[in-house]
Amino acid sequence: MSDKQHLLNSHQMAEFVARGFLRFDEIVPDDINQAVMAEFEAGGINSYPAGTPFAECYPAPSPIGAMLRLPQIQGILDSLVGQNPLFDHHAIHKRLPNEGKAQGLHGDSIIDTRLHFDVQLMYFPHDVPLEMGGTLLLPGSHLRRINEAEVSRYQNFLGQIPMVCEAGSILVLHHGIWHCGRQNRTDRMRYMYKIRLNPTVRQLRLWNTDDLDEDTSAHQPIFAGEKRDDVQAILARLEPWFEAGDGRLEIVNRTLLWRFLTGDEDFDVHYWLTRLENMPENRLSA
Amino acid sequence: MAAAQQRQKILILYLGTSALDSDVKGWTMYDGTGREHHTTGDSDERPYATGMEALLDGWRVIQFPQLIPPYPGMEYTTSFKKNEYIFEKLETIET
Repeated sequence: MSDKQHLLNSHQMAEFVARGFLRFDEIVPDDINQAVMAEFEAGGINSYPAGTPFAECYPAPSPIGAMLRLPQIQGILDSLVGQNPLFDHHAIHKRLPNEGKAQGLHGDSIIDTRLHFDVQLMYFPHDVPLEMGGTLLLPGSHLRRINEAEVSRYQNFLGQIPMVCEAGSILVLHHGIWHCGRQNRTDRMRYMYKIRLNPTVRQLRLWNTDDLDEDTSAHQPIFAGEKRDDVQAILARLEPWFEAGDGRLEIVNRTLLWRFLTGDEDFDVHYWLTRLENMPENRLSA
Repeated sequence: MAAAQQRQKILILYLGTSALDSDVKGWTMYDGTGREHHTTGDSDERPYATGMEALLDGWRVIQFPQLIPPYPGMEYTTSFKKNEYIFEKLETIET
């Protein structure tokens, strides 16, 4: 079990719920990065059957195992999928030097409508400059119901994020997020390691919830125009690529996911759901 | 002997609302002349600020997005991008 200091806090969880990912730059020490690169260039790493307990994967000595067992990474994974998750699959993604085009935008696996979510951890063991591409992410796309590469017609959106980073950086993704491998315009191979994990526990308040209190769920003035940074404000932030109408629905869907993760069925943002749930006739008969 | 032929360029704009003069949120381009090669994530700069700007620049709208009510039970579900306008330009090439 992770020490509390390594678990995510509620603001980070709200960021994950709102945007579908969290980013941690340069958290893997360079000796592990170099050992992983040597392993990749020597031919790869062993895989495991889908559904294997994650704790049984990558026994020492294993550079990938050393990375995944770093206390901060363990704390991130414990916060999102809890203890004893299952290994789903992993892959070493390579983007060839000077390739002709990028990968098409897609969501992994198949359409998946659960409130429960799998996480995918992406690990970048070497520096990724912009001309090398980097994985492209579309923040806030994770709750849209699409199936795999049906979205590959979409080339660019306002607010898209190319993962340009230093060696040892990590992305942790909700399974639904739209992403792709950007074109690699350098003469070097680009590597990225990805692992998908399935929870075996109900995803309920698995992070450090010391900062959750009554104020988190108290209704707030609508359209007050304040610049806030609380959980409701994080969940209400619109991505630049959202349509006017569907952007509001994204907040509703984030709110439903936050209710699921906290067990707080009265939680709301901007009064969107509470207004719909107001049934005066039921109050009279109660 | 070289002959002039026409080729189609396609511009797809994803707008903020169903109004053609609303803001561009996303974009895609395909160039039938073969001169430009567009791909995923190749630009952070939108080609036009609004759909109307594309019209003023000579692009012809060939598809307006239909306004379709949500299916019952799917009123709060989000999925593909709405407000997808497809434009074309015809360009002459020598073959």
